[in-house]
Amino acid sequence: MSQKMTGAQAVLESLKREGVDVVFGLPGGVLLPLYDAIYQSDIRHILVRHEQGAAHMADGYARATGKVGVCIATSGPGATNLVTGIANAYMDSVPMVAITGQVNTWLIGKDAFQEADITGITLPITKHNYLLRSAKDITRVFREAFYIARTGRPGPVLIDLPRDVTVDEVEFTWPQVDMPGYRPSVKAHEMQIKKAAKALMEAERPVIYVGGGVKYAAAHGELIELATKINAPVTTTLMGIGCFPEDHPLSLGMLGMHGTKYANYAIQESDLILAIGARFDDRVTGKISSFAPRAKIVHIDVDPAEVGKNVRVDIPVVGDAKNALQGLLKEVSPKGRSVWNEKTEAWKKEYPLRYIPNDNVIKPQYVIEKLCEIAPDAIITTEVGQNQMWAAQFFVHKDPQKFISSGGLGTMGYGFPAAIGAKIGRPECDVIDVAGDGSFLMNSQELATAVVNEIPVKVAVLNNGCLGMVRQWQELFFEKRYSATILGRTSPDFVKLAEAYGAVGLRATKPSEVESVIRTAMATDRPVVMDFIVNPAEKVSPMVPAGATLGEILDLEWCDDAQSCHLEKIYAKGRKDILGLEGF
Amino acid sequence: MKHTIAVIVENKAGVLTRIAGLFSRRSFNIDSLSVGATENPDYSRMTITVHGDRDVLEQVIKQLSKLINVIRVSELDPSESIERELAIIKVNADKESRSEIMQIVNIFRAKIIDVSHRSMIIEVTGDEEKIDAIVQLLRQFGIKEIARTGKVSMVRGARVVKA
Ligand SMILES: Cc1ncc(C[n+]2csc(CCOP(=O)(O)OP(=O)(O)O)c2C)c(N)n1
Ligand SMILES: [Mg+2]
Repeated sequence: MSQKMTGAQAVLESLKREGVDVVFGLPGGVLLPLYDAIYQSDIRHILVRHEQGAAHMADGYARATGKVGVCIATSGPGATNLVTGIANAYMDSVPMVAITGQVNTWLIGKDAFQEADITGITLPITKHNYLLRSAKDITRVFREAFYIARTGRPGPVLIDLPRDVTVDEVEFTWPQVDMPGYRPSVKAHEMQIKKAAKALMEAERPVIYVGGGVKYAAAHGELIELATKINAPVTTTLMGIGCFPEDHPLSLGMLGMHGTKYANYAIQESDLILAIGARFDDRVTGKISSFAPRAKIVHIDVDPAEVGKNVRVDIPVVGDAKNALQGLLKEVSPKGRSVWNEKTEAWKKEYPLRYIPNDNVIKPQYVIEKLCEIAPDAIITTEVGQNQMWAAQFFVHKDPQKFISSGGLGTMGYGFPAAIGAKIGRPECDVIDVAGDGSFLMNSQELATAVVNEIPVKVAVLNNGCLGMVRQWQELFFEKRYSATILGRTSPDFVKLAEAYGAVGLRATKPSEVESVIRTAMATDRPVVMDFIVNPAEKVSPMVPAGATLGEILDLEWCDDAQSCHLEKIYAKGRKDILGLEGF
Repeated sequence: MKHTIAVIVENKAGVLTRIAGLFSRRSFNIDSLSVGATENPDYSRMTITVHGDRDVLEQVIKQLSKLINVIRVSELDPSESIERELAIIKVNADKESRSEIMQIVNIFRAKIIDVSHRSMIIEVTGDEEKIDAIVQLLRQFGIKEIARTGKVSMVRGARVVKA
């Protein structure tokens, strides 16, 4: 039975039929008809304070729930403010539908007020996008958009919605999806599965290398089953964190630039890499020509274009990770413990991730350990930089939907709005954004969103007074010329900032205060910002220098008090002096 | 290495931009690209010539196939297919040179499609080499303008590349 309604109502009805219960957005002129329909609908709308926040919230919501996240922005500047968030979702294959307002169809191309060619702008950062030109296409386009966003290799889809299209009357129909040009390959080829299984059985030193694809396919159960059945150690990328429980004896933690030594050594020594839903990113492989030099490579990926893109692959398996893993499980027979297991376990003992604790200064790693101790089941989102790496390294991750971080794009300002989105999707979970003093300010305006909507997320700012990750590179590779990386104590007072928004602010300046600050925050049912004044000189270690092989992973010397004092002095002196100083 | 691929795409606004954008973003080199209608009004056919090694070609095909509006991508083996391009060439032609030009036109089975006191327009069809050759020969008279369609290609025999 069909029914007459406006285009805007058809949009809302389509969203409802796609199972959308919440959208993140901010209105504007051309969106007035759509927002009027939102006002009258029962879909929950979260008003953000910057559209970038809306995109990251939709993204965090999607990663925490596995559902498609939806964000809305008006034409022109609203739409362009979404761009970073869309690019971020594209790089990390996050299912998202972004809806942008557009000027009336007859004004398109005339440089009308607040017109931006957002389908042109987002062409390279969306899985697909649409400019709707007629209200009768609304339902079909929305169905296709959600289908494209969540199937195959997920990704963001943008729908540009001219004002008149939302006003026009239309007969509501709900068509079947029929896209001859889109047939995601999900079923892995049986022959290839057999070959992969045979290679796994023959391997003496196998390593399973897991990326975000396992998370999106919800294949972590099968992964654990396979790894334990054949006693193969497992390492994950940043995107794959949580797909394999890090307290499992076969876990090697994260690999790559700031991965564990034992994961990187295992890769280099391995005779068979089983890559699942991972894309051999340069941050993971180090010098690509000498990545896993002794290994045969089996690559399972749902995106055929990823297979063979960065490395030569011996056994390609195109298909969904869950389907492929189920196939493999049927083909392999159990394997007992081997010399290889002993070797990787010995490496784990010999080269653990570590830092030097201190009684006077807060070590950022210590904060993460305490968060993990007090809130082991929390969803952790991160900003970008050292904070992100420490959150990856020192929290014991066990659940793929509980570590949410901007991997491919490395977007500062991602973690806080993503935390809000995650908390809305999973209200029963504690959600903590591990932040840096630089990154947090990039979207701290969303404190207003969290407060108004009573979303009790927690932010742990590892306040090191600098753009720490960049400073670390300057220390190591630019003879400590700290060009434009010292924030000193010039950041706002984060406690007061929180309070100004009506949130709770807490601060720890000494290690002895860390635990009580975290406990208080976790016991508070309101948004809380924790300001941890941490050692400014701390570096993320170990590290594979850019262009080196994974085997050349280095322990960076753990910073000493003198170095910390020195940075503190620089902070006190202010920026002008800093750039003139030498040799600190 | 040059490769020719036939791409069947949906006949929708913006498809050409998507394809051109993909090529520039991924640093694939296009030598020629031509688009036109097919037997089915919903689809257009592109013939694209790219150069690069096998790995590049494989990436080009896979990345193109990922575009939602791309229905089919097929490599055309030059030894099994026919390739044609059309060019129109405006060349200087006065009383002295006209007959010599006409001889060349005859040899190449080309056509004269416009004549004026000082110039002629020549239409020629063939594979790339043939067109290059006539252009080379006409240079001595002074070429004023060339427009080439880019290559179109089709597999010989019964095999078809269709949606
Ligand atoms: C939007 C954006 N701008 C710049 C960068 C480059 N960048 C990477 S890490 C980093 C420092 C981040 O500083 P902070 O948030 O304080 O984190 P820290 O490394 O100190 O923990 C910068 C500037 C980025 N990743 N994203
Ligand atoms: Mg910092």
